[in-house]
Amino acid sequence: MEFFFQLLIQGLSVGFLYALAALGFVMIFKSSSVLNFAHGDLLAMGAFFFLVFSLWWKLPIPIAFLMTLVGSFAMGFIIERLFLRPLIGESLILVIMLTVGLASMFKGLMLFIFGGNLFAYPEFLPQNLSIQLGNILIPPVYMATFIISILFLLLFGLFFKYSSQGIYMRSVADNQSAALSLGVHVRRVFALSWAIAALVCAMSGIILGIISGVNVHSISIIGLKVFPVVILGGLESIGGAIIGGIIIGLLETFTGGYISTSLREVVPYIVLVLILLVKPYGLFGLVEIERV
Amino acid sequence: MEDNILLQLNNISVIYSDVIQVLKGVSLVVRKKQIVSLLGSNGAGKTTTLKAISGLLKPENGKVTEGNIVYEGHGIHNSSPEQITRLGIIQVMEGRQPFKLLTVEENLRVGTATRWGKPYKKDLELVYHYFQPLVARKHRLAGFCSGGELQMLVMGRALMAQPKLLLLDEPSLGLAPFLVREIFEIVKRINEEQATTIMLVEQNANMALQIAHYGYVMENGKIMMEDEANRLRENPDVKEFYLGTASSGALKSYKDVKAYKRRKRWL
Ligand SMILES: Nc1ncnc2c1ncn2[C@@H]1O[C@H](COP(=O)(O)OP(=O)(O)OP(=O)(O)O)[C@@H](O)[C@H]1O
Ligand SMILES: [Mg+2]
Repeated sequence: MEFFFQLLIQGLSVGFLYALAALGFVMIFKSSSVLNFAHGDLLAMGAFFFLVFSLWWKLPIPIAFLMTLVGSFAMGFIIERLFLRPLIGESLILVIMLTVGLASMFKGLMLFIFGGNLFAYPEFLPQNLSIQLGNILIPPVYMATFIISILFLLLFGLFFKYSSQGIYMRSVADNQSAALSLGVHVRRVFALSWAIAALVCAMSGIILGIISGVNVHSISIIGLKVFPVVILGGLESIGGAIIGGIIIGLLETFTGGYISTSLREVVPYIVLVLILLVKPYGLFGLVEIERV
Repeated sequence: MEDNILLQLNNISVIYSDVIQVLKGVSLVVRKKQIVSLLGSNGAGKTTTLKAISGLLKPENGKVTEGNIVYEGHGIHNSSPEQITRLGIIQVMEGRQPFKLLTVEENLRVGTATRWGKPYKKDLELVYHYFQPLVARKHRLAGFCSGGELQMLVMGRALMAQPKLLLLDEPSLGLAPFLVREIFEIVKRINEEQATTIMLVEQNANMALQIAHYGYVMENGKIMMEDEANRLRENPDVKEFYLGTASSGALKSYKDVKAYKRRKRWL
């Protein structure tokens, strides 16, 4: 029983982490219909931003964290401006190929700067962050994962629900030409969604770095995990991404704990294939509202 | 230029995808605080005319290739929709295009995009004042609203932008007669009470000419006729083709001949 709860806690924290990573992916897809294959590299770049600020420049952790937020936000903005904007209106396959190209380019750049080594952040999580629940101990890493992911999911959930800018972003996702007719700055919305996506990716990247160290390949490969998550949750829905993330996280962890660790990495993709065969729009995908 | 002119189209031509010419030299004038109606049958180019004004041609790969569009003394035919909406020109598109997954009130709030960060509570009140049925629907997803509610929603949404020139594309399309009357009544009140200039595209010429001050009739990418609205309503050609009120038998048969010629000339 204890083992079960240990796995549950671990699975949930992995799940929230996936949800946060998927949030960025879904945002870009919702606003501009771009499938971003460079997603994993955004995670890795965020992790390296924090590494540079905290380990290399030895900035205090809160400052390094803040600078990672600002830096990744700006980076998302610049990526959109430089690479995506010239292709607005071009065919979808062209844009997807561009993101594939970006992925290789970013990976190459990171390998050039950091090599393929495994880095570790300086120890900064306070030991008393852990919580004892009966016999179960939730270690600081998982606590940090919970806090950061839930905080940012909540923050952006509120942003999209209530703020004007969030509502403009949703309007573009909903009906682009109607949004344009009301003067919504559609290109600015695209840029903003890339910026926010890069920001939440950086947060996920930092968490991954805390859990298992910072390495170009091992972090960017996690980007692939967003595919089963968003396919399960539906590409269109942020709430779906959260539930999809948690389901995949739990499934993975329990498979690893009870069946075999080597099956663990495969399970999400088995789910991906099954879902595509059975329910191609995902569990929470949009069923077009048809009335009028 | 007279200073009560708000908008002037001078001999504009519009071409889609570099080859399909839809407008062939359209000129018209919209005076301040008036309702100007643009009539014409399907495919005449009414929607294209509105899109030329609002800048929404661009995303459809359309272009104003000749002539110019002057609004408050400035040429706007090369401007983007973002710029044009910020000058106070808001188009309500054909076929009601709500944001289906946003609630009614969220839909209305998108109307503040041209003045992000400014207060909008008063404008919401104004919209609910004109479109009272929306009050009870505030928190419902637009995708679940009826056609009449949606027409009110998209017009209210445009009103949130505090437009100086409101472009309405077939607001009566597919609505029950009593609703059509209600919508037109509101359009007229907005024009009178808010001093909003309105350009009204309609197939329902009868209703449109009742509230309009001036009217244009368009066929095949050209303006065929223009006059004061009350005079257009008495015009026999308009009566026959758009009002469906051609008078008695003998006259009718004589008219049929003429009508045939006209049809050939117009279509
Ligand atoms: N994006 C486009 N590309 C090519 N041709 C177009 C495009 N939009 C409209 N057209 C053509 O231009 C002509 C005029 O269309 P428009 O929509 O302006 O007519 P309309 O007067 O609004 O008609 P309706 O009353 O049916 O709405 C039509 O023949 C139409 O096929
Ligand atoms: Mg039309």
